[in-house]
Amino acid sequence: MSIDLKTIKHISKLSRISVDEKRAEKLAGDLNSIFDFIEKLNELKTDNVEPLTSVAETTLKLRSDEVKSKNIREQIIKNSPQDNEDYFVVPKVIE
Amino acid sequence: MSDITKQSLTELVKNIRNKKLSSTDITKAFIDRSEKSKELNVYITEDFTSALDKAKKFDQKPNLDLKLPGIPMAVKDLFCTKDVKTTAGSKILNNFVPTYESTVTDNIWKEGAILLGKLNCDEFAMGSSNETSFFGNVQNPIDKNLVPGGSSGGSASAVAGQLTPITIGTDTGGSIRQPASFTGTVGLKPTYGSCSRYGIVAFASSLDQAGPMAQNVKDCALLQEVISTYDLKDSTSIDFKRNQYSKELTNNIKGKKIGIPKEYRVDGMPKEIEDLWQKGIQYVKDCGAETIDISLPHTSYALPTYYIVAPAEASSNLARYDGVKYGFRAKGENLIDMYEKTRSEGFGAEVQRRIMIGTYVLSSGYYDAYYLKAQKVRKLIKNDFDEAYKKVDAILTPSTPSSAFKIGEKTNDPVSMYLNDIFTVPVNLAGLPGISIPAGHDSKGYPLGLQIIGKAFDEQNILNIAFAMEEKINFKNKITDWWIK
Repeated sequence: MSIDLKTIKHISKLSRISVDEKRAEKLAGDLNSIFDFIEKLNELKTDNVEPLTSVAETTLKLRSDEVKSKNIREQIIKNSPQDNEDYFVVPKVIE
Repeated sequence: MSDITKQSLTELVKNIRNKKLSSTDITKAFIDRSEKSKELNVYITEDFTSALDKAKKFDQKPNLDLKLPGIPMAVKDLFCTKDVKTTAGSKILNNFVPTYESTVTDNIWKEGAILLGKLNCDEFAMGSSNETSFFGNVQNPIDKNLVPGGSSGGSASAVAGQLTPITIGTDTGGSIRQPASFTGTVGLKPTYGSCSRYGIVAFASSLDQAGPMAQNVKDCALLQEVISTYDLKDSTSIDFKRNQYSKELTNNIKGKKIGIPKEYRVDGMPKEIEDLWQKGIQYVKDCGAETIDISLPHTSYALPTYYIVAPAEASSNLARYDGVKYGFRAKGENLIDMYEKTRSEGFGAEVQRRIMIGTYVLSSGYYDAYYLKAQKVRKLIKNDFDEAYKKVDAILTPSTPSSAFKIGEKTNDPVSMYLNDIFTVPVNLAGLPGISIPAGHDSKGYPLGLQIIGKAFDEQNILNIAFAMEEKINFKNKITDWWIK
């Protein structure tokens, strides 16, 4: 398989990482060599194999749905690049 | 006492308990040595002033019953530490100061240890050489311009260079065991679910595990005893009977059955590694254990599987870095432009590469071909181990296919970098515990490690085997202090 520049642009959009032409070419090269390596999996027949989603063979424990952290608004906002004390501030979304 | 930093954790604890040393003595000694060791670049954040204050406070009212009484230590900068900057080696978290503590570090402080600072690592733990860190590469104390391995490279160098008596790292595909092997130190990756992931910057959630790194097996066992707890804050934490690993440690491994998997004899593996492995086999036999040839037929599919599963999970975990809630933000013309520029400027090249691989394998039309396929192969890899463990108690392999390489040697070829983790990755995919112990040197004098892989939750057994082998191997790390002027 081959990942072309158009695909790189598409992935870049999906992953919200802007990529200029030069970076896109480098990425296409890197991703192609990585996917060549990954293609090895196609040697295996896996039609009747159950996918492994978790190595832990235990069921998740249930707990009651209680609020444990109270009044932590300040802590949550503390690391934000821009806020107005109560809210995170982002560039204007609606014109 | 200039030799304080040479002492193992076990010796330091003993000397504190019988009052030969104070916490202040020990903390000062490690800080002094760290100050002289800037060239290694192991620290991202130093917390020395606060460490000395805590040591003095400890000495005023020492609680000697704790497991790590007044012991100073630095930790990988992937663990959130309350009020101390936590960067994950990334520009995007360059200014992030957590308002909470990870469970693993919380366990450590509760047992009396004192934070020295935060250690360098590959960005978001994605790397095998510590060269992807935004804060620069780390020098291996073994030799100048040699990588310490990664991603817990700062942690490995700090232990090998005696800048901290013990440390903790994280291991997603080999990030504790490979750097331990490259620096002549001991590193344990516990069973998935043994140590809480709460408060650890997430990379690949189904693979990530925290674990201890130390100068010897006993120290590693003691630290594992402290960090491994059941935690409701991590939904994948497992409630099983945890041992008193250091107290129950024994070198009696008579009659243990140790598997030798033929698939780990890979093409192009240096003869030195094969020789080391043979020596390891002899050592376990000398200890009274029995070795049995086994097969793990899907071993060669582990790395391709890993490079689908780990980036897929990473692309999802790293979606949270959007320049809104915390971390770095770039200026943008609108919201989307801000997101795209923040992530483009905030993440380094390797992290971007992996997010893109992950996004691609999860994207519409490719999910079945890549992600689902990888999950199925992951099952086959786990089945291999389940089958093997019907016949053996543990498995012995080399830790890495080579000794440490030079800084810059593999940075332009991602696949050759990934191949470093060929012996460690299958263990993460199967969720098993694995420990790397130093077992010899290559012709250049660089350390080489052997890995012991255990059954799930059988940390005690692999620690015992490692402990017995350690006695036979009698490894001496060749540290010349070349960086101290």
